[in-house]
Amino acid sequence: MTSINVRVDGASYSDDVEPRTLLVHYLREQLGKVGTVVGCDTSNCGACTVHLDGNAVKSCTVFAVQADGSEVTTIEGVGSADALHPVQKAFHEMHGLQCGFCTPGMIMASIDLLQENPSPSETEIREGIEGNLCRCTGYQNIVRAVQQAAGELSGSAGQA
Amino acid sequence: MIPAPFAYARPTTVDEALQAIADGGEDVKILAGGQSLIPVMRLRLAAPETVVDLTRVTELRGVREEGDTLVIGAMTTHHDVITDPLIAQHAPLIAEATETVADRQVRRRGTFGGALAHADPAGDLPAVALALDAEFVIAGPNGRRTVGAADFFVDYLTTALEDGELLVEIRVPKLSGTWGVRYEKFNRVAQAWSIVAVAAAVRRENGHIAEARIGLTNMGPTPLRARATEAALAGADATPEAIAAAARSAGEGTSPSSDLNGQADYRAHLVQVLTRRAVSAAAGL
Ligand SMILES: Cc1cc2nc3c(=O)[nH]c(=O)nc-3n(C[C@H](O)[C@H](O)[C@H](O)COP(=O)(O)OP(=O)(O)OC[C@H]3O[C@@H](n4cnc5c(N)ncnc54)[C@H](O)[C@@H]3O)c2cc1C
Ligand code: FES
Ligand code: FES
Repeated sequence: MTSINVRVDGASYSDDVEPRTLLVHYLREQLGKVGTVVGCDTSNCGACTVHLDGNAVKSCTVFAVQADGSEVTTIEGVGSADALHPVQKAFHEMHGLQCGFCTPGMIMASIDLLQENPSPSETEIREGIEGNLCRCTGYQNIVRAVQQAAGELSGSAGQA
Repeated sequence: MIPAPFAYARPTTVDEALQAIADGGEDVKILAGGQSLIPVMRLRLAAPETVVDLTRVTELRGVREEGDTLVIGAMTTHHDVITDPLIAQHAPLIAEATETVADRQVRRRGTFGGALAHADPAGDLPAVALALDAEFVIAGPNGRRTVGAADFFVDYLTTALEDGELLVEIRVPKLSGTWGVRYEKFNRVAQAWSIVAVAAAVRRENGHIAEARIGLTNMGPTPLRARATEAALAGADATPEAIAAAARSAGEGTSPSSDLNGQADYRAHLVQVLTRRAVSAAAGL
């Protein structure tokens, strides 16, 4: 066992973990942060995306010990039921989901994209979230949601 | 699946890392960005006794200049390579190829050195390192040695790195502004590996191609140079016809494999098309 200190969604935790524990399993099983999901075994689907020190990573492809001393933000930490994050709100309003399984990862990847590029073109949005797979929507409304969020975050009226 | 248990070491210097590797037992794995190693451990295709994590070895990160050479630390992430001003200025081919690697999350953690040490034939960076005549600085228990790219890539997933050694940095000769570059990658879907890709750097001199360097991805167990095409281009007119003629020999001396993404003869055709496109773009046509 190795002891780690992490901040997750604003709260501090000190825990003992096995080195082989993946960050996503630590979040879900030890901290109960089940908003972050696991969709594959091959680091392809992006459903497990969280921010590690502000950057989007696949939490199934990071060991929990590697987050020692770091700040982790999950989908549970970006907004609340009364005050959704603008990207959450846009996914809701633009119907950027059907079953919703990919949504936590899609939103975390999209927030990372918009931090780096506040007004992406459609192509840049598609490339920016290429690490996230959706089996339901066909992506059209996901792209529209990111476009709307970009408009809202940059203060303009938002494109319909 | 979760990986099999292992002992974990987190050194902060290269010397500590070498010691941890020496002390780690029979089966030690170096962990860089983990974007190839962790998936392989999750599938239990690898179950090392000890994992030595280089993430905190800060001396392995970053890019610096030494005269005519750019020195890239092995632990520099793909993201940092893409956004580095020195690479943009002196080795834009590396940035262009790195942008095609995987997806934003993987690029945040995956490293330049890890991708080269992994030496996947479909990986995008080995062919670029070969085309640019990069050198690899390797540290081991008996000090440091430098290996040229042509000797670094030995076979399928196999490099000149010996047990007990680690890749410290990659030295890349700067290309002056008279060189044009292009990485032409062919794949089918988002975040997919190259079926074939071609890295080209071309130096033009009054309407002629003075020199061309061409690296091939996934045309054999290791990255390869398209030597016949390079020879045909030296001194050739910088015209679409001359480039198309030279590109027809791009597959000479290669041994592409057949897999679910394409048969060997398909790859042999593709490499000619991609070489023509990459050289044309690099020559400014
Ligand atoms: C979904 C997905 C898509 C991908 N698509 C692409 C793609 O299109 N093109 C592409 O090129 N790559 C792709 N990759 C691989 C990615 O580029 C990896 O980052 C890279 O192959 C390995 O780098 P890493 O730093 O993560 O190394 P790790 O996974 O940590 O290590 C890989 C191997 O190299 C060894 N190693 C690492 N660093 C050193 C060192 N300094 N000294 C000695 N040995 C070392 C390790 O022991 C291990 O055997 C993809 C990966 C994923 C998960
Ligand atoms: S669970 Fe699929 S990428 Fe992490
Ligand atoms: S909404 Fe079902 S996977 Fe995307």
